[in-house]
Amino acid sequence: MTEFTCPIPLSEYPRVLLAHGGGGRLSQHLIEKMLYPSFENRLLEPLHDGAILSLDGGRLAFTTDSYVVHPLFFPGGDIGHLSVFGTANDLAMCGARPLYISCGLILEEGLPMKDLWRVILSIREAAAEAGVQVITGDTKVVERGKGDGVFINTSGIGSVLPGLDVGPHRLRPGDEIVISGPIGLHGIAIMALREGIELETEISSDSAPVYPMVEALAAAGLDIHMLRDPTRGGVSSALNEMASRGGVGIRLDEEPLPIPADVEGVCEILGLDPLYVANEGNFLAIVAAGQGARTVETLRQHPLGARAALIGRVAAEHPGIVVMKTSIGGERVVDMMSGEQLPRIC
Amino acid sequence: MKYLDEYRDAPAAERLLRRIGAVVTRPWVIMEVCGSQTHTLLRYGIDQMLPEKITLVHGPGCPVCVTPVEAIDQAVALAGRPDVIFVSYGDMLRVPGSEKDLLSVKAEGGDVRMVYSPLDAVKLARQNPQRKVVFFAIGFETTAPANAMAVWLARRQGLDNFFVLTSQVLVPPAVELIAASPDNQVQGFLAPGHVCTVTGYCEYEPIARQWRVPIVVTGFEPLDLLQGILMLVSQLEEGRHEVENQYTRSVRREGNRQAQAIMAEVFEVMDHKWRGIGLIPRSGLRLREAYARFDAARVFGLQDMTCQEAAVCISGLVLQGVRKPPECPAFGTDCTPERPLGAPMVSAEGACAAYYAYRRQETVRR
Repeated sequence: MTEFTCPIPLSEYPRVLLAHGGGGRLSQHLIEKMLYPSFENRLLEPLHDGAILSLDGGRLAFTTDSYVVHPLFFPGGDIGHLSVFGTANDLAMCGARPLYISCGLILEEGLPMKDLWRVILSIREAAAEAGVQVITGDTKVVERGKGDGVFINTSGIGSVLPGLDVGPHRLRPGDEIVISGPIGLHGIAIMALREGIELETEISSDSAPVYPMVEALAAAGLDIHMLRDPTRGGVSSALNEMASRGGVGIRLDEEPLPIPADVEGVCEILGLDPLYVANEGNFLAIVAAGQGARTVETLRQHPLGARAALIGRVAAEHPGIVVMKTSIGGERVVDMMSGEQLPRIC
Repeated sequence: MKYLDEYRDAPAAERLLRRIGAVVTRPWVIMEVCGSQTHTLLRYGIDQMLPEKITLVHGPGCPVCVTPVEAIDQAVALAGRPDVIFVSYGDMLRVPGSEKDLLSVKAEGGDVRMVYSPLDAVKLARQNPQRKVVFFAIGFETTAPANAMAVWLARRQGLDNFFVLTSQVLVPPAVELIAASPDNQVQGFLAPGHVCTVTGYCEYEPIARQWRVPIVVTGFEPLDLLQGILMLVSQLEEGRHEVENQYTRSVRREGNRQAQAIMAEVFEVMDHKWRGIGLIPRSGLRLREAYARFDAARVFGLQDMTCQEAAVCISGLVLQGVRKPPECPAFGTDCTPERPLGAPMVSAEGACAAYYAYRRQETVRR
């Protein structure tokens, strides 16, 4: 039994830092040292994007997520779209068809009613696109200065596709790693807007529902071992988490990574690494050895999967560590993000 | 991507590596002065692709790393004041002072903001006339012109609520300190391309002559570094000790005259303390008397703050290229990017952070 004293030494972090919510190593500390031991149970244990539970013979996926993005409206989407697609995508990453979501709104006193209406319409539109219904909700208003316009929490329920079993427990050396679409668009769209960086072409967030692509992979009979959407903390954090939870090594190839030129450009200017930048409309699929090429082919038939690529494989050596072959043929470790690179982007 | 992929081309890298392999006959120790060069070398795995005869040691060119603890403590003290908006470049925020870092001050309620340009700090001062805006003006000759411009602009706009906390350092005195040290192992230097874009490289010529060390002004992309190493090793093999310029697409011998002019207008040279290294004569910049009213340390009476550095941290030796980060007893154990003891573990340019991020596999094996 865990003792009920705060497991994070006060001398290290007497207060919560933004980085504790950044999706990197400090977020992981919070989960592993404080949250997981406090709530420990069998369904929580896989620490996946959602929990998978059996109910009357059927398998359900259940997940929750909060959205605090600033600014509320950005190229390619807004907080409303994000709150629906994000939660629907977490369900898809459990191998589930998203069905129902809840919608909890925390509004700041003084928010223009027309902004609220715009967000509500977005939620409605996004729910239709993602094939989910909003079936319960809640609204609270906090004093001016105590919120940031709109915060949204959504929880979601989906039904797991028959025959699918995804999670870090299924990772095996030789498995192949595929990314379904371009890297870094969401984080950079937000960052460029916040920092006032003007580009010749506007970068739009990739915010979109990915379930149809997951369904296509399952329908093609591919042996899917693990699914993961690289949101906060980006591709690097998602792969590092996989490596440590699955007890396997990961070998990544830099050359085939689908990084759009605009994203690469902004990253160069701001000194960021695209592998740490958040995404909202792609996912990593880890499939059985030899099935990577067919996974890429299947994804490419979907408009969001046009830039799908085989980017690496699971290895037996160096468990828990992600190693990348660099574009000029060298090797380096791709570490989990420490601290924060982009604060509050989803 | 244009102007980027050309400098990261795999076949060209292979050709340069083959040429380096063909030229080198004896063991050589060379130092890349700038932290960004260290990061490129480790990030692309270049250090492991070079012939074994070439040993790279990492230099002091990380502005965040060499900023003295006193300056961080001054920053922490200022950032905690309710009347102050404290403005800084991003990677200074996590550097530990003797008690805490700026992000902790922010979590406690201090108004700490991150900017990409010092001119944004001037704008903040204009927009917040009732607050005092303090900009943390740190860095080498690369940041000095823009930082000087911010002060110059604040004076021209008649702002009386804009101040700078300065810790500006100069590269050539540090290179000379290393070259002149009695136990110096470094036989050639890759000089920092962006510093030289501002200053030019005349100042390095007497250093090369006096200490008989070749110096090659080098850029930051993988092919830049490989070409710089080829030029440096060729000089060493041929017994030459000249200053050469690899980074011709950015650097001219005389540098950027306008940038130098604004630096000279606002700043004057002084002796400066480097974190982990100590006092280096004529290696820093301070505001000239005519700009004294913008000097935050003076205006807020913080000049006499002193403090102690963590005893176990060997960052001084790392910054002078005497030791490599994994040789530190605290590396990866007591000192990590989440809980850094010394600045090189924090900064995006710090050698310890580079080893921790890109070479942990070997560290784990160790």
